Amino acid sequence: MASALINVPAKAKRGDIIEIKTLMSHIMETGYRHTASGEVVPRDIITSFTCRFNGNEIFRADLFPAVAANPFFSFFTTATESGKFEFEWIGDKGFSETASASISVE
Amino acid sequence: MRFLGAIAAALLVAGAVGAAEIPQADRRSGYSFMKPDTKTMQDDDTANPGMLWVLDGETLWNRKVGSAGKACADCHGNARNSMKGVAISYPAFDKATGRPIDLEQRINSCRTNHQQATPLPFESRELLALTALVARQSQGASIETGADPQLAPFIAKGRELYMQRQGQFNLACANCHDDNWDKRLAGAAITQGHPTGYPLYRLEWQSLGSLQRRLRACITGIRAQAYDYGAPELVELELYLMSRARGMPLEAPGVRP
Repeated sequence: MASALINVPAKAKRGDIIEIKTLMSHIMETGYRHTASGEVVPRDIITSFTCRFNGNEIFRADLFPAVAANPFFSFFTTATESGKFEFEWIGDKGFSETASASISVE
Repeated sequence: MRFLGAIAAALLVAGAVGAAEIPQADRRSGYSFMKPDTKTMQDDDTANPGMLWVLDGETLWNRKVGSAGKACADCHGNARNSMKGVAISYPAFDKATGRPIDLEQRINSCRTNHQQATPLPFESRELLALTALVARQSQGASIETGADPQLAPFIAKGRELYMQRQGQFNLACANCHDDNWDKRLAGAAITQGHPTGYPLYRLEWQSLGSLQRRLRACITGIRAQAYDYGAPELVELELYLMSRARGMPLEAPGVRP
């Protein structure tokens, strides 16, 4: 079960600075831990997060083992036109999740 | 002589009361001990990682399981309406077993009896998700656990356990959470031990967890043997703590450091 929580304002005025918040469920296993019997717990993390607006990339982050479980991102952008934000998380073990949110700009 | 007798009687009374319980007006949720950034994390539904479990819970609520082929929603409808104010009375008295059961156990008894499905393991993502979904519907409502008079003997047992010194450190819950709640232990606030936010997301756990998990961690911390998940003693302790927190608002899913 992978689930994402997205917070994008539904409406904004042209030129407004808006905050975008995303939360993705993921264990972010570092790869540095061992089981009781000494075996390494394989790394299982999200490695990349991207946000596109109407097809153009506006935010990207690379993630590393030090990032806590269930990574939370908050970033800002300027509202220029109505459209769709698309979010993408990519990680180890073929992890790939997407989400989207629309905004109407007046 | 009569005067000395009066002192002795006063001492006896004081002795009988034992560890001083926290007056109602001074009761503080663990929330009030947190730093502003952790508070913000709990207050904002899109920053509170506990909401990820609530989201999963909504999916599970509508999924048909077990040989009865029923989903929770088939009997209970929309959880947002039907589960409103349910969690504030848990642990509650269960007629079938004649004992108190907590919210997790109530969900599992529903699964076994009505969905004819296997019970979910304690601390499994599914059980935590369903519990979080149910508890979320009571967010902000005042805790009412213990109003049922049938619970009285079990609350008394839970209180006894709370006051009982145990483990290699020979500490009772009360030694920290009633007597020293305004102090710090290894840099962390001790707090009053009111379980107002469960199931809650602990940053230390990197996950949502139940009150039973928290209690087991505390019991291990005083170097006593922790009770197994679902043990009657743990449920009685949960029951006492929730009844002790009566009147405080439920915060589930909470966030704690």
